[in-house]
Formats: sequence, C-alpha cells, structure tokens
Amino acid sequence: MSSQTDKAAQLDSGNFKPELEKRYKIDQIFKTISWIATFSGLVVLAILLIGVLVDGIPSLSLEFLTSPPSRRAAQAGFWPAFVGSICLLLITASVAFPIGVGSGIFLQEFAQNNKFARIVEINISNLAAVPSIIYGLLGLFVFARLLENIPGTGLPLTGGRSILSAGLTLALLILPVIIVATREALKAVPDSIRLAGMALGSTRWQTVRTHVLPQAIPGIMTGTILGLSRAIGETAPIIVVGAAAFVPFAPDISISGFQEPAFTAMPIQIYSWISRPQEEFHSIAASGIIILMLVLFTMNATAVFLRNRFQRSS
Amino acid sequence: MTESVFPSPASGGIASSDRWKPNRSLSKLSQRSVVLLFGAFAAVSVFTTFGIIFTLLFETIEFFLEVSPLHFFTATRWTALFADPSFGVIVLLCGTFLTSIIGLLIAIPLGLLAAVCLSEYAPRKVRAFLKPGLEVLAGVPTVVFGYFALLMVTPILQNIIPGLSVFNALSAGIVLGFAILPTIASLSEDAIFAVPQSLRQGSYAVGATKRETITGVVLPAALSGIVSSIILGVARAVGETMIVTLAAGQSPTLTLDPRVSVQTMTSFIVQVTKGDAPYGSIEFKTLFAVGMTLFVLTLILNIFSFWFVRKFQEKYE
Repeated sequence: MSSQTDKAAQLDSGNFKPELEKRYKIDQIFKTISWIATFSGLVVLAILLIGVLVDGIPSLSLEFLTSPPSRRAAQAGFWPAFVGSICLLLITASVAFPIGVGSGIFLQEFAQNNKFARIVEINISNLAAVPSIIYGLLGLFVFARLLENIPGTGLPLTGGRSILSAGLTLALLILPVIIVATREALKAVPDSIRLAGMALGSTRWQTVRTHVLPQAIPGIMTGTILGLSRAIGETAPIIVVGAAAFVPFAPDISISGFQEPAFTAMPIQIYSWISRPQEEFHSIAASGIIILMLVLFTMNATAVFLRNRFQRSS
Repeated sequence: MTESVFPSPASGGIASSDRWKPNRSLSKLSQRSVVLLFGAFAAVSVFTTFGIIFTLLFETIEFFLEVSPLHFFTATRWTALFADPSFGVIVLLCGTFLTSIIGLLIAIPLGLLAAVCLSEYAPRKVRAFLKPGLEVLAGVPTVVFGYFALLMVTPILQNIIPGLSVFNALSAGIVLGFAILPTIASLSEDAIFAVPQSLRQGSYAVGATKRETITGVVLPAALSGIVSSIILGVARAVGETMIVTLAAGQSPTLTLDPRVSVQTMTSFIVQVTKGDAPYGSIEFKTLFAVGMTLFVLTLILNIFSFWFVRKFQEKYE
C-alpha cells in the first residue's frame, strides 16, 4: 500500500484504521502465550512428580516404612518420622478443630458486626500473610521456652522442644484456615432454619447445635482436612521449634511421649536426607516424599469426597 | 428450678397458658457460657498476633542492647555465627531480595497469564481440570520443591550455565516462582472472573478485540484483586523457607549474582535453629531480630495491600 492511497483511505473513513488483521494476529499470539503459561505450571508439576517417582520407587518398600533411620542409606527407614507426623496430626487436630470451629461459630452466629468480631476478622486476614517460619519463632519462645514446665513445680508442661510444642505451633498456623472454612460452611446454611429454630423457642446455641451445625459439618470437615494437610507438609516452623534430624525411636502415643524433647516428622526427615551429600540418601528422600505425598493425597481425596457429597445433598 | 416444666397428664394438669411456665434459666445459662467460651476461642487468633509481636519484640530489644541498630542496618558483612561476629542484615535482605525477584519474575507474568487464560479463554470443561491441577501444585509441600530445585533443576541449569555452583540463587528462585504461581493465578482468576460480563460486552460493542478487551478493560477493572494477589505472592516469596534453604545454600554473601550461593533471612533462621542455640545466647537473639525484620517486611506489604484495595477497589452490582 502506498502512502498516498493510505492517506486517502484515512480521509475517507475519518481517521479510522481498523487494522483488523494485525490486531487479530496479536490476539492470537496473546492467547497462545496465555495457554502456554497455564500449562507451564502443570508441566512443572508433572516433571516433579515423575522425577520423584523415578528416583524414589526403587528404594520404596514396606521395610523402608517400618524401620528406624540409620547412618547407612540402605538400612535407613522412615518409621519414627511417619509416626511423628501422625502424632503431630493428632495434636494439631485436637487443638485446632475445637478452637477453630468454636471461633467460626462465634463470628458467624453469635457476633455478627460487633467490634470484637471485626477486630478478629482483620486479624485473621493479617495472619494469612505471616510467613510460617515466624510461627516457628512464636512456638519456640512461647511453647518451648515459657511453657516448658508447669510454673513453680518443675513438672513438664510442653517439655520444651517437644512434639507437643510443635503440634501446638502448627495448630495456631492452621487456625485461620479452619475458622474461614467454618464460617463459609455456616454461611451456606439457609437462614430459614435458624428462624424456624428460634420461632420454636430455642436459644441461638440450641438452634446452632441441633440444626445449623449438622448441616455445616461436611463443609467444616473439608476445610479442616485441607488445613491439616497443610500442617503435615510444613517443615520450617517445626524445624524452628526444634525437630531433630536423627531420632531412632518412634514417639509413644501418650502425654509423656508427646513431651519428649526429641522428635522428628516426615518433612524433617526428608529435609535432612536431601541435605546429605551422598546420592543414596537422595533416593530414599524421594521414597520419603512419595509416602508424604500419598498421605497428602489421601487426605485431599477425603476432603474432595466430602465436598462433593455435601454439594449433592444440598 | 421453679415449678414443673411441662404439665404432666398424671397430675391431671391441663396445658393452659397460665400453667405453662417454661424453665429457660438453664438454656440461657448454656447459651451464655457457650458464647463466652467460643468468644475466648476467637480471641486465640488475636492472642496469636500479640504473641508473635511480643515474642519478636522482646528478644529483638535484647538483641539491640548488645548490637547497635546502626551496625545492624548498615554493616555489609553477616558473620553472626563466627567468633568475631558482624551483623549486617543487609546481606540477608539482599539474598531474600535476589531469590524473591527471580521467583516473582516467573510467577507474576505466568500467574497472570494463567489467570487470564482460565477465566477468559479456557472452556468451562477444560477449566474444571486445569484449576484443580494448579491447586495440586499449590499443595505440594515446600520441602518437595526444595528437592526438585536442588536435585533436578540445578543439574539441568549447570549444563546450560557453566560456572553455576551447586547452591545458587537462580535455581532456588525459579522453583520458588513455580511454588507461588498458583497463589497468584488462583486469586487473580477470582478477581478477573468477578468482572461483570457487561463491561466485556461494552468493549466488544465499540469494536475491541478479545485481547484488547482483556488488557484494556477487564484487567484494569480487576486491578485491586490482582494487586492484592501479587502482594500475597511477594509475601510468600519473602517468607518461603525450605526451597531457599535447600537450593540457595547457607553462605551469606552480598551479591546480586544469581549463579552463586546466597543466604536469605529464612534460611539463616533454619541454620541457627537446626543447631542448638542456647536460650539467651546472642545467636538466639539474632534469630528473633532477623525474624522481626522479616515480619515487619510482610507487615508493610500487608498494609500496602489493604490501602491499595481500599483505594482502588471497584464495586459492581
């Protein structure tokens, strides 16, 4: 196109240059790039999973799961770490679940729009951005140091850098997740149920306990399991609280076992194996990762199952 | 208790309105105690915040009684664990900055494009597969990403870039980017998806193409949500621990060269706590001073995010 005809065309159409071909081409490029971006994450995920499976499957066995760690990679096992993580899960769940659900009920059912509720709300969204390692410092100072012994008696309370301290720290970490999930689940229960309960003369708590909560339970469970699956993969906070890399015995599942000042967990054991220079330890780290990911997968599948069943029934 | 709660047929009572005196004191008591108990539970999260601030402040003040703040912020060497310690936190800040920038250079463009694709281009059925896929990526424990960075990405990079050391900021940063990509993608997608259809149709009506509509109308309309997702991504990059600890190593060097090992604030905290820092020692106090720096950094990001959302949030009916 010569510049003269171009100018003529411009005059004709009153300076309007659609240039559709060029614009559509840019559109096409943009679309392609955005698809590539979307798949990049999934490709990385696939490479990661395949790589871990290839490295880890050869050394994965029942014996690996059930034997204690060792200085020699060929005999090293995962048992204390596995049991440690299960104990952490028990402690975290039994602290975070009641407190989280209670707070959620309080905020959603008892205290809408009062000042205290607003402060708690802002506070929860703030806590979401606090790095998990900071929670570790909190746990180290408050649970492992200040609450090590029952004041004045010398009897152990958390027992210092114990699995109990670590479990409490993780409970604080996932509390916001459970609170938010509880509120969402309660929000989804229709108001007519509350009105009906109160019209029959029951108090708010009676209505919530007998009618609202049973309907919200699947949603609450889903949120709790997702929170717990985050807790089980967390490494940084429990290293800071004091998880040890080499613990030859699985903890006793008892109060005094939880107060033992030496404990480990799956992510900690994996971390310590990765940071060793020998290659044999790297492949058992991969085996450990497979077990950790299987546990996570089971938990998430349960959560999704609950969510789907919940959605269908309502 | 007053009288019998319900008239019983045995006593020959008739349910007349003046005989029915419900005993509500017990249910009122349980209502009140439950509200109190659950209110106390809700206060736990507030106490967590206060606990964090108190903990960090307490030990940080102790730290600054021994080390002058001027030295802490201006010295250019970080040798906290040596016999003759120097506490130039700028070295750790620089390490954190380097790995975070590399991560964000990957996560922000890819995350935003993925959000656009999921919300605007992907058919519903494809989206139903892609979004959970990205959520799986978000659920991968960071120690697994650390494995990936150190043992899978670094060897590949070493083949491409000669002179790359085993521990380097580049590999840590790249993997960090993919770890925070789902955060940015999923939150931005929510914001983009919430932009009302009428805005898009208005844009098409004046002749804009789809891409022009997205970049010219949809993204600006979702700006506050996008920015807050990016800031959350930045906060996660800054606070991310295991990837940088494993892949970027533990040598505090003041450099912006991504090929060498750096130490971030978080990996310093891990390095100290992995050993046994006795309570009250200078190492122990340093831990909290570094933690305070990290906390203040994320707090500033948070406040900025709040301010930005409040100022630029668009409300649609």
